[in-house]
Amino acid sequence: MSTYSTNDFKSGLKIMMDNSPCTIVENEFVRPGKGPAFSRVKYRNLKTGRVIDRTFKSGETVDAADVMEIEMSYLYNDGEFWHFMDDETFEQVSGDAAAVGDAAKWMKDQDKCTVMLWNGSPLTVEAPNFVELEVTDTDPGLKGDTSGGGGKPATLETGAVVRVPLFVQIGEVIKVDTRTGEYSARVKS
Amino acid sequence: MSKQDNKHWPPTCSAALLHKRSELYQSIRIFFSEKGVLEVDTPILSQSASCDVNLDSFSTTFNQRPYYLQTSPEFAMKRLLASGSGSIFQIAKSFRQGESGRYHNPEFTLLEWYRVEFTMADLIEEILELLMNCFNENLSFSSVSYERLFHRYTNINPHEATIEELLAYAASEGNPEMASVCGDSLSNCLDYVFSQYIQPKLKPNLVYIVTDYPVCMAMLAKLSEGLSPTAKRFEVYFSNIELANGYEELTDASEQQQRFQQELEERRDVGADSVPMDRYLLAALETGLPNCSGVALGLDRLLMLMTKAASIDEVLTFPINRA
Repeated sequence: MSTYSTNDFKSGLKIMMDNSPCTIVENEFVRPGKGPAFSRVKYRNLKTGRVIDRTFKSGETVDAADVMEIEMSYLYNDGEFWHFMDDETFEQVSGDAAAVGDAAKWMKDQDKCTVMLWNGSPLTVEAPNFVELEVTDTDPGLKGDTSGGGGKPATLETGAVVRVPLFVQIGEVIKVDTRTGEYSARVKS
Repeated sequence: MSKQDNKHWPPTCSAALLHKRSELYQSIRIFFSEKGVLEVDTPILSQSASCDVNLDSFSTTFNQRPYYLQTSPEFAMKRLLASGSGSIFQIAKSFRQGESGRYHNPEFTLLEWYRVEFTMADLIEEILELLMNCFNENLSFSSVSYERLFHRYTNINPHEATIEELLAYAASEGNPEMASVCGDSLSNCLDYVFSQYIQPKLKPNLVYIVTDYPVCMAMLAKLSEGLSPTAKRFEVYFSNIELANGYEELTDASEQQQRFQQELEERRDVGADSVPMDRYLLAALETGLPNCSGVALGLDRLLMLMTKAASIDEVLTFPINRA
């Protein structure tokens, strides 16, 4: 396994700390007065999202975390695991609910997701910024109302619920911004 | 050299900064010339090096003999003082291995000056005068002992503190790893606690003159007399940055030799390279260093503060990765 010295530290570097893969958020070299040189580091635990402050003696080494982000196609959910495929190598991986998180409610077969792999297994999954999903349930809107005022809840084919304008009907396909969870536009079929 | 590197030929500082630095050097020269302090020039390369275990010198060879790039011009300037030069100053390039970051470049510029027959208090007064001259305004300042400042923020008396007590304090603040950073050194622990829990909390608009250090942090300073001596050492902090370090200088040759010896032992204990101590300095001290106070001030950091730069690269022409 490769290691990094504090001289290699920079934001974005993936390291192993407390047996978890982490990413360096901030790194500052410190040499106080006539004292020992050290690095003041902020890193985020990629499993829990927690940000931790720690200091490292200058020259101290830590293990590199085998973490990479690749684009993968979402295949299916077997009830417990979500399955993804690398479109280039056709290699398949599966992640549990903790890894997939919020992305689960936006993903549809063949969607291209950004999967962060740690030792080959999904650590986090990001849905595409925009997804197009069919409305499976919503109150029928009033005829002739084309304004967006107020809106109403609509259930989508993946089970996600978003607020949509009153004119949106069951069976229509809408575009949703997955980062905010908000309705973006109606997709003409 | 790759194409990528070729893009890095221009300086990282702006043209305005080139002028700012030039103006600063001119104003410093006028400042000292009006006070009758002589500008001197001493060699950057030396056959001896600082023994301080936390200072790592660059080394090279001449005629198969090792030479070291100075970490500060202190030793050579003290030899001039012992030869009867009178008060002197120098704008000197200095070099420290492994020091690179927002406030550090391995090659940097020090303004170092020595005032014969000045006490620490006299020199502090002159530094404040110089700083106000550089910033062209009346700066608010606070002169405070290391003990008071340390106690105010940590409730610990630094003169009586033990390594265990400081480790426990750091652990309670979320840094149990301080033990591995500082090793078995009380002064390292004090420096760590100061830089982690005190320095960041200082008022940024106030110039702090921190005085009277614990004896274990005396370095090249004289000790005060009395039952509980302190080191006649001071540091200047401004905008939470360490700007200068000064001493009422140790003039006792045998005491100096003992401190060098002790530093070399510390080097051996932690497995650091041994370096030759400066015999010329010791000989000069034996002949007689006049009573004097001296201080080194980081000019790159001073420029950073004067121009509100976020990184030292903004005030350097070519930082180490473009040098």
